[in-house]
Amino acid sequence: MVLNEATTGGFFYLVPFVVFFPILGLLINMVIGGKLGEKATGTVACLASGLSFVVAVLLGIALIGRPEGLVVSYLDWITLGSLQLDWAFRVDTLSVTMMLVVGGVGTLIHIYAVGYMHEDVRHHSDPGRFSRFFIYFNLFIAAMMVLVSANNYIMLFVGWEGVGLCSYLLIGFWYEKGKDGIGNAQAGKKAFITNRVGDFGFLIAAFLMFKFFQPLAENGVFSFDFDSVASIAPQVAPSVILAITLFMLLGVTGKSAQLPLYVWLPDAMAGPTPVSALIHAATMVTAGVYLVARSYALYSLVPVAQNWVAIIGAVTALFAATIAVAQFDIKKVLAYSTISQLGFMVAAVGMGAFVAGMFHLVMHAFFKALLFLSSGSVIQGLERGQHHVEHDPVLHKKMKHEIHFDPQDMRNMGGVRHKMKTTFWVYLIGALALAGIFPLAGFWSKDEILAEASILNPTIYWILVVAAFFTAFYMGRQVLMVFFGESRSEPATHAKESPAVMTIPLIILAFLSIVGGFLNFPTTLTFGTWLEHTIQVAGEALGEHAAAGSEFNWIVIIISTVLALSGITLAWYLYIRRFEDMKLLPSNKRADDPLRSILGPVFTLLENKYWVDELYGYIIIKPYQWLSKFLAEKIDWEFWHDFFHDRILLRSFNTITRFLSGPVDLGIIDGIANFLGDGFKELAAQMRKLQTGFVRNYALSIFIGVVFIIGYLIIRLG
Amino acid sequence: MVSINYYLGLAIILFTIGALGVLIRRNAIIVFMSVELMLNAANLAFVAFARYWQSMNGQIFVFFIMTVAAAEVAIGLALIVTIFRSKASIDVDQMNSLKG
Repeated sequence: MVLNEATTGGFFYLVPFVVFFPILGLLINMVIGGKLGEKATGTVACLASGLSFVVAVLLGIALIGRPEGLVVSYLDWITLGSLQLDWAFRVDTLSVTMMLVVGGVGTLIHIYAVGYMHEDVRHHSDPGRFSRFFIYFNLFIAAMMVLVSANNYIMLFVGWEGVGLCSYLLIGFWYEKGKDGIGNAQAGKKAFITNRVGDFGFLIAAFLMFKFFQPLAENGVFSFDFDSVASIAPQVAPSVILAITLFMLLGVTGKSAQLPLYVWLPDAMAGPTPVSALIHAATMVTAGVYLVARSYALYSLVPVAQNWVAIIGAVTALFAATIAVAQFDIKKVLAYSTISQLGFMVAAVGMGAFVAGMFHLVMHAFFKALLFLSSGSVIQGLERGQHHVEHDPVLHKKMKHEIHFDPQDMRNMGGVRHKMKTTFWVYLIGALALAGIFPLAGFWSKDEILAEASILNPTIYWILVVAAFFTAFYMGRQVLMVFFGESRSEPATHAKESPAVMTIPLIILAFLSIVGGFLNFPTTLTFGTWLEHTIQVAGEALGEHAAAGSEFNWIVIIISTVLALSGITLAWYLYIRRFEDMKLLPSNKRADDPLRSILGPVFTLLENKYWVDELYGYIIIKPYQWLSKFLAEKIDWEFWHDFFHDRILLRSFNTITRFLSGPVDLGIIDGIANFLGDGFKELAAQMRKLQTGFVRNYALSIFIGVVFIIGYLIIRLG
Repeated sequence: MVSINYYLGLAIILFTIGALGVLIRRNAIIVFMSVELMLNAANLAFVAFARYWQSMNGQIFVFFIMTVAAAEVAIGLALIVTIFRSKASIDVDQMNSLKG
């Protein structure tokens, strides 16, 4: 059915396949993955993701001929009175943009993961778990595709929860490892539960939508789809729309890791690096940004909500950037960087600069995935070095006998660029792209956001500018600490480069990070016009955007370039020059980071992430655990179980049973039965006296009987 | 002629004596004799009525009664002989094996 229409109606009707190919891949791997071996499993998974990407490309081609897009209805899902939900795919420029990102970057990460997981399962000594990883990975692609291709909020929510589930499964992939043997599982739990708080917000928004939009819907039947929401929204009271958008914002802060629900993302780094790259950098966390962009019809009606979105985004951007400055784990720096960049995107869509926000989303996907994957390459390089050291008798003695060598700690790295050249170059490209250096991708997208902000909301602009400075600084710090200087540990000296299956996706992503910016070059605005077929912002703002985006805003460009370069220079000064000077101090007086000696207690504050997790633990988690324990032990166990069940119910039941079995059953009922029995026995005993055995008595009774009968007959008949 | 009442009266007296004999006497043979006496009383009554109604039916029935009486005596005496052999007495009071 679908394929027939595909040939006649254009490639639009292929859209269900973006979801089906990954599902097919995961089913194949589930059934025969274990027996096929790693190469086959990996190929199936990469093919599934790759074919999904190919379909997305075909959809893009179809959209060129018909830019307003198409809704492909697949099947009726729930019909329940005034609720009509369909499983319908929406093919328009916004969703196809997301599909291309998810499919393209996803496939590259799949290819990388084949190589990464090959080493990782051996590092954790469980080669059998290889296929499970790709099952989860394909499931994620399927769920994410459902999310971005959905035509209504509920189908989007299905994908939303699906990606949350995959995030949980993949973070806790090595569930028996981690801190104290459950650290990874706890990180997964934290991610899922924090996301759930966000989902609660999303659901409340959906319920409010139903309550207030349904009476105004066509025939009183509401279907949650984006078009009808957009047409009904102006007729609803603004306070309702405000409530809906604010609750939806809660969902966005959960999924896209903004304040106050960002705390799960740094912990999510416990998962394998491809997971961090795909889910927690390029795709899942962008779902919140996508949601706000998709709901532009709602948000444009309530400037108050838009303001909140923008403020949360900007503050998160700055907050996370400051924390990233003081982190030592290579992945944690990138995690906070992701939170910060998501803050940029959320601020952009909050201000109404949807095109800028989505553009940064795509560019960020490229270089953040690149950075995460390269960091995975570095980590595995160090693990290979560690393996080499442990198995070499001479070097083993040289290495200080550390119980825990952390291959992810940047203090153990240094000078890696000599050993891992390819990784170094691609990492450098990614870092410069993130810092926003001309002419790499990040420059164009970040500058567009800053340009829009400078016109629409100057406060936000300055907050974002400071965050951009910190971005350049911490990326410079990271590159210098990892790749430059002298190696600070034995494994780093013996680090080995990664195989081609890992480095080739890195090179492709680096290429995209370099040229990607030209997708929305300010005078041609290809991406902008592409997206504007879907996101029709109110006329005035559109005019402004066109003005802001269509020319080079030289002041903004100069400020941001100057700040980026100064951030990098400051990092160089601290981490190359100062570091050298610090080496002259004796090792016990030497701080592990030059910033620590400058900032002192501020550095400790940043290193401990402002103690937010501890604060949440104190305010929310501890009381909640106390309440659970109270309910479980005092109320459930002691009161309910011990007192109520055992004492009251059980005892009274036993008393009743004893009463019934004793006096009632034995006494009364048996008494009646025995009475009857004894009565008959007595009767029989009495009647036995007739049987005297005395012949003459028998004769007498016969005689008397005869007399009576004859007497009766005579009297009656006489 | 002699009125039938006298025949019937005699029959009744004979029957009563026989009945009392069955009930009162202990000796089994005397009991049998009393039974015969009752039967003969009945015979007398039948013949008296046959004479009264000028019909032969009564007299025919006497034959039946006599036949039955004879058969009954035969068997009864056989029973008594057997009982005497096992109990060495024909006192009916001692034949109380059916006592319950």
